Amino acid sequence: MSIVTVLELIPLLGVIGLFALPKGSTKLIKQFSIGVSLVDLIISVVMAVRFNRGVSAMQFVESRTWISSFGIKYAVGIDGIALVLILMTTVLVPIVLLAGWNESENGRWSPRVYYALILILETMMVGVFAATDVFLFYVIFEAMLIPVYFLIGGYGRGERAQAAMKFLLYSLLGGLLMLAAVIGTYVIATNQIGSTFDVTALSGLHIDSATENMLFLGFFIAFAIKAPLWPLHTWLPTAAKSATPATSVLLLGVLDKVGTYGMIRFCITLFPHAAHTFTPMIIVLSLISILYGAFLAIGQRDINGLIAFTSISHFGFITLGIFAMTSQGLTGASLYMVNHGFSTAALFLVAGWMASRRGSTKIEDFGGLQRVTPVMAWAFFIAGMSALALPGLSSFVSEFLVLVGTFTRYPLAAIIGTTGIVLAALYVLLTVQRSLHGPTTPGNESLSDLNIREKIAIAPVIAILVIFGFFPKPITDVLNPASHEVMTHAGYVDPQPKAGK
Amino acid sequence: MLTAPQLSYSLLAPILIVLGGALLGVLVEAIVKKGSRAAIQSTIALGTIVLSFAFLWRVHGQTSRTAAVGSVSIDGAGIFIQGTILVLSFIAILFIADTDNFAAQASAIPGSQEERLALETGKQQTEIFPLTLFAVSGMLLFPIASDLITLFVALEVLSLPLYLMAGLSRRRRLLSQEAALKYFLLGAFSSAFFLFGAAFLYGYSGSMSLDGIASAIAANSANDVFLLIGIAFLSVGLLFKIGAVPFHSWTPDVYQGAPTPITGFMAACTKIAAMGATLRIFYVAFGQAEWQWKPIILTIAILTMIVGGVAAISQRDVKRMLAFSSIAHAGFLLAAVLALNTDGLKGALFYLATYGFTTLGAFGIITLVRDSSGEVTDLNRWVGLGKKSPLTAGVFTLFLLSFAGIPLTSGFVAKFALFTGAYESGNTVIVVVGVLTSAITAFFYLRVVVMLFFTDSKSESVSVVIPSIMTRLAIAVCAIITIVLGVAPSLLLNTAQTFATFIR
Repeated sequence: MSIVTVLELIPLLGVIGLFALPKGSTKLIKQFSIGVSLVDLIISVVMAVRFNRGVSAMQFVESRTWISSFGIKYAVGIDGIALVLILMTTVLVPIVLLAGWNESENGRWSPRVYYALILILETMMVGVFAATDVFLFYVIFEAMLIPVYFLIGGYGRGERAQAAMKFLLYSLLGGLLMLAAVIGTYVIATNQIGSTFDVTALSGLHIDSATENMLFLGFFIAFAIKAPLWPLHTWLPTAAKSATPATSVLLLGVLDKVGTYGMIRFCITLFPHAAHTFTPMIIVLSLISILYGAFLAIGQRDINGLIAFTSISHFGFITLGIFAMTSQGLTGASLYMVNHGFSTAALFLVAGWMASRRGSTKIEDFGGLQRVTPVMAWAFFIAGMSALALPGLSSFVSEFLVLVGTFTRYPLAAIIGTTGIVLAALYVLLTVQRSLHGPTTPGNESLSDLNIREKIAIAPVIAILVIFGFFPKPITDVLNPASHEVMTHAGYVDPQPKAGK
Repeated sequence: MLTAPQLSYSLLAPILIVLGGALLGVLVEAIVKKGSRAAIQSTIALGTIVLSFAFLWRVHGQTSRTAAVGSVSIDGAGIFIQGTILVLSFIAILFIADTDNFAAQASAIPGSQEERLALETGKQQTEIFPLTLFAVSGMLLFPIASDLITLFVALEVLSLPLYLMAGLSRRRRLLSQEAALKYFLLGAFSSAFFLFGAAFLYGYSGSMSLDGIASAIAANSANDVFLLIGIAFLSVGLLFKIGAVPFHSWTPDVYQGAPTPITGFMAACTKIAAMGATLRIFYVAFGQAEWQWKPIILTIAILTMIVGGVAAISQRDVKRMLAFSSIAHAGFLLAAVLALNTDGLKGALFYLATYGFTTLGAFGIITLVRDSSGEVTDLNRWVGLGKKSPLTAGVFTLFLLSFAGIPLTSGFVAKFALFTGAYESGNTVIVVVGVLTSAITAFFYLRVVVMLFFTDSKSESVSVVIPSIMTRLAIAVCAIITIVLGVAPSLLLNTAQTFATFIR
């Protein structure tokens, strides 16, 4: 059994254990769940250590027959991109569980259900990044909507039922279009090489270009809804406003990455020609996302809405990096996914603490927090700086790589994208000024600072942002061979920079 | 000298046993005292189904045979459908055994002294059991019949008891009787259409058997107009039974009015039998004439999916909503008729089986949600049920997710298998429309989930009754099968693949 499978099974076993715990032991349930996620974290670190960085092929491969009559396999394996995303997941889960210690208690159901849903989600998040069978990927891709749906609808706030519904319907629509494309790919494979869903085997198919374009779109629309790319983003702000901070972190930090990850793993790998055809359109959409997300973020009054719109802008950068079709851009985009995961986590968690202390999510209700709650204010400040990609924080490295990678092929797009950085400075600094600095807003005088549990939760996130800001080499070393492999397979050679005079 | 025709009784045994059980039930109704009838009747009915299944098991190896002088084909697909119908009828009878859903004395006029007396003395009539068995016998014959006369006889044998059963509801009897009458009148019309089509097909081909019609189409020597009229009218009769648009208008009224266990039985077993016969007729008899009928069936399939999906959105009654959902599913199933290939047939067989279990389970749950005057089917009063009875609401949610085709439920694999067959045959249009309407249907299923779990209840009058052991068992079986076939579909899918053959 591959270590990846172990990683998937542990949270599931944890769910069973959760229901074996005695009734009314809320504290025990919380400790147990965090324990389970920590075990998973340790195993994933072991996996990362054993990962061979020099190999570009899939590692820790496992393949078992699942549905024989369609040639469907339970097949997992990871390359560098999948590895860093899985690590991000396993790091974030214990952090959000610790940070959202009390989130489960105001829900519609008991805390037990909340923790069971998160652990089930962890299994699926690991599985979705590790799947090398298209059908397995699709199943997890769709099935993971259900726990999120119940997390938003059952434990969220405000118009949570509507937000959960909107999220699920949007995602289902995309998923169903992808189902049609999956079926189409499978039928073509059956005619050419026999029944298989193996992504490597499928990438060798010969598909006529009209069909390839349609299949590509089927996959791409699903991923663009998930990512989310303008104009398919409208579900995200409502979901982010209604979900609890922990759910928001997992939703924007991890689940939405499945969209961008899918673009790399399936859109480009399976349909390289169609990807080439649609590249101009996608780059334009990415640029619109960057600017549109940034402008709307500037105008936001709700702090969760702000984070949601900054994420739309950042997903624009990630998509831009992917479809620049250079290995540098792809490495940058993959790194961006990880960094965005952590910086969004920091933002959502601190914003959640601010909101729960103040009892409001409006930016104007905060103000002068720097004086009242210095630690919380600093944490928010660093998270904000990471969102605007300040040099020295890890987001800077990825944003830089994306723009450099884009510039070598599409200079104009890179230049337009760069304006997104300027706007990012605007929306982050405005928010920081309004909420942290200046005179203390009446009603904020007696807010309490972060307690020890919250400090422990936020510390690793900030540490990661800073450490990989100065020393990103461990991650880029893992990503580079994988990015190179994806681009080579898709038939792209990195453009050589022209010699300067 | 005349020789007696060879009937091959062993191959017909499953049907004959069910008929025998039904007759025995009628005798019991005449002889045994009223108080002890229900227990005896349900035992006979369940025993009959088990015995019939055992005999079906014995013949399942001897596929590719004809019996009763070629008027019945015993082939893989036929046996698979028969087996599915038997298993599902067994579960349906477990629901039906909860006899307080049915009128104590069907002949008493609603609201009359006689009715009150029958209710007070607790003298429950139990003719529902033999009627169910008669219907099952027709359903077993319908999908394996291979000539037009046998098809018509089977159609009538399965329909007539259903017309009666639809009118037997204990509560809201006028609605139930209206539903029965409506079902009967429209059913009679559609039977007439079927017969009319059969006559034209005989005129075209000079043969009553599906095989003969296929040969005549292959020879292409007769008048095509007769063929087209024949196909059109025969299809009307079949499409009526499976509830396809525009022949669907009876479905919501009958589903709503009939006693809920009967609705479940109709929605699962009748649909399977009718779909089985439809598949056989189109695959065996009309396969060669596909250019003539495919555009029409494609249009009907698309219309059925869209009308079923869109109309369900506005429903306020859970049984009507499931009725429109069953219409949408009929549209999906027509994709298998269009596919005309083994994979499509395999998909359809798997789909029918999984859909049957999910449907029975869902209607089983509906029988549990009640207030003082009986079942509550108004969706607005289901609001907040998840808080009061999390298990019931949770299982109902499972069935809804399976209907919606969410992965890890049987409904998803079924949809995948079905659409794969359709795509293989080049019908991409129906696949695309199918996935898009799946999104529409997901909307109204999820709306119910929102009502169950995410909304607080306003009225306190609805409660979930503690189900009888049989009902509990039946719902549990349906739920388990829905999950197991979603996670490990190979258990049934491989069987469906082996059995996916029609002989001529």
